Amino acid sequence: MERRSLLASVLIYAAALALAVLLLLPILWLFVMSISPAADLTAKPLRWWPETVDLSRYRMLLTWEPNSMGQAFLAALRNSLTVAGLAVGAALVVAVPAAWAVSRNPRLEWSLYALILTYMLPPVALAVPLYLGLARFGLLNSTVGLGIIYLSMLAPFTAWLLKSGFDAIPRDIEASAKLDGARLDQILRILILPLAAPTLATAALFALLLAWDEFFYALLFTSDQRAKTITVAIADVAGGRVADYGQIAAAGVLAALPPLLIGLVMQRAIVAGLTSGGVKG
Amino acid sequence: MTFPRASLGSWALMLPLLVVILAVVSWPLAYTVGLSFTDAGLVASSGNFVGAQNYLSAMSDRGVRAAFYNTAWFTLVSVSLELVLGVLVGLLLNQEFRGRTLLRAMMILPWALPTVVNAILWRLIYNPEYGALNSALLQLGIIDSYQSWLGRPDSAMMAMVVADVWKNFPIVGLICLAALQSVPRDTQAAAIVDGAGPLARFRFVIWPYLAGPLMIALVLRTIEAFKVFDIIWVMTRGGPANSTRTMSILVYQEAFSFQRAGSGASLALTVTLVIMVLAGAYVSIMRRSALRA
Repeated sequence: MERRSLLASVLIYAAALALAVLLLLPILWLFVMSISPAADLTAKPLRWWPETVDLSRYRMLLTWEPNSMGQAFLAALRNSLTVAGLAVGAALVVAVPAAWAVSRNPRLEWSLYALILTYMLPPVALAVPLYLGLARFGLLNSTVGLGIIYLSMLAPFTAWLLKSGFDAIPRDIEASAKLDGARLDQILRILILPLAAPTLATAALFALLLAWDEFFYALLFTSDQRAKTITVAIADVAGGRVADYGQIAAAGVLAALPPLLIGLVMQRAIVAGLTSGGVKG
Repeated sequence: MTFPRASLGSWALMLPLLVVILAVVSWPLAYTVGLSFTDAGLVASSGNFVGAQNYLSAMSDRGVRAAFYNTAWFTLVSVSLELVLGVLVGLLLNQEFRGRTLLRAMMILPWALPTVVNAILWRLIYNPEYGALNSALLQLGIIDSYQSWLGRPDSAMMAMVVADVWKNFPIVGLICLAALQSVPRDTQAAAIVDGAGPLARFRFVIWPYLAGPLMIALVLRTIEAFKVFDIIWVMTRGGPANSTRTMSILVYQEAFSFQRAGSGASLALTVTLVIMVLAGAYVSIMRRSALRA
């Protein structure tokens, strides 16, 4: 590479610093709001850095007492975990065999492309029939009902990610297992899945992020603490007449923590996953 | 390895996935198509067949036109900004400097922040009475009184775009960075030896590697932006004076607030059609330029 001039170096470091500030400042501010005393947040102009740390909002949100804000918040956390867990588990169950079949039969690849097209559909185009369907089976305001809807969102791209993982496993291994008399399900269970474990983990975490983030269907199909998810619950907190903005910020911080951690862990896999579909097409 | 009966066995393995998609996507979509030709309400009545009436009256409806315009404006402005910023940031992170790994890790944070939390965060920042933006601009002497950024029709949409761009430009940047890292070093070195300036190097050495992934980012972001609902619902619910009401918000109101399922369905399918046309156009452009290269 060519050697950089001093000016170029200065510009690069200045740009890097500006970028870091741009990325971190809003998130940092959310956190500062959540621990600032309420009076600091309503000062004009604002007090940017709190003199005393106020953790009472976190205590309030994380305390389970009947009819409290904490109960609503913790119930929503539980519901989000349940819905996401159900949907991600089911998505892997239906996607693994499909992805393996396509990986071993390239002639079927078009079917995965067709399934990926569902991504183009805006949720509003499916919302009314899904609402009527869920109502028909008594699955409105239920974590199972919402889980089934999420399953349909997660399964196509989970299958897509898994397929590229399976593609990397040599077919010879399967052939020799077959000669040794292994059945199809044994080959999948004992041979393929352990080898594809990293891809499975990536796909599962990716799907978990999507499920955790979903808002539209949850807003429509859930109505109380039995099924309301975290996204709907914090939108409720923010939309209600909460006088303390720090309370809203604290709820946001807690809801953001799991996905931020997952994001940091699997950064590279996320970028690869987002582009994999198109690069090969 | 092939299956003894290749196709049959494979289709059996695909069956569970296909059943899910048929039940939760294909059937509802077909149902929506049917609804769009009726005057059905949300509950009770299944409605009467009205032909293309819903589509025709949508075309002449000023509210629909305004919502369509808002959606197109939001998509055009935020996606353009995200791509431009993304390429610049990708180029920056492809340089060697101290702290690069850390900065790269930070890039994932806005993307991983849940959309609803992002919307709430920016709503707090824009708050007309106690917001950080007002306080900061006042202290810097840029404004002399607090502004209602989300409360005025002329600034609400731009404020929305800023919040959306902040969340999404980093992922475009990371996609660009991945592409830039695939540019062979010796090709770059050869171009420098041959005396190519920075612009020529970008156009002839880097661009061929960047174009494909950038196109994918463009397609994904355009589809997402055209479907936009969450961030707007949480920040303004389409207000003030419908200035941020996009198509998805309009359909939601039509079908669920006003309970006009039939007309809501026709609007939802119109959005779907536009998204498909846009995606199709992008893909065919991509194919054609791939053939030329």
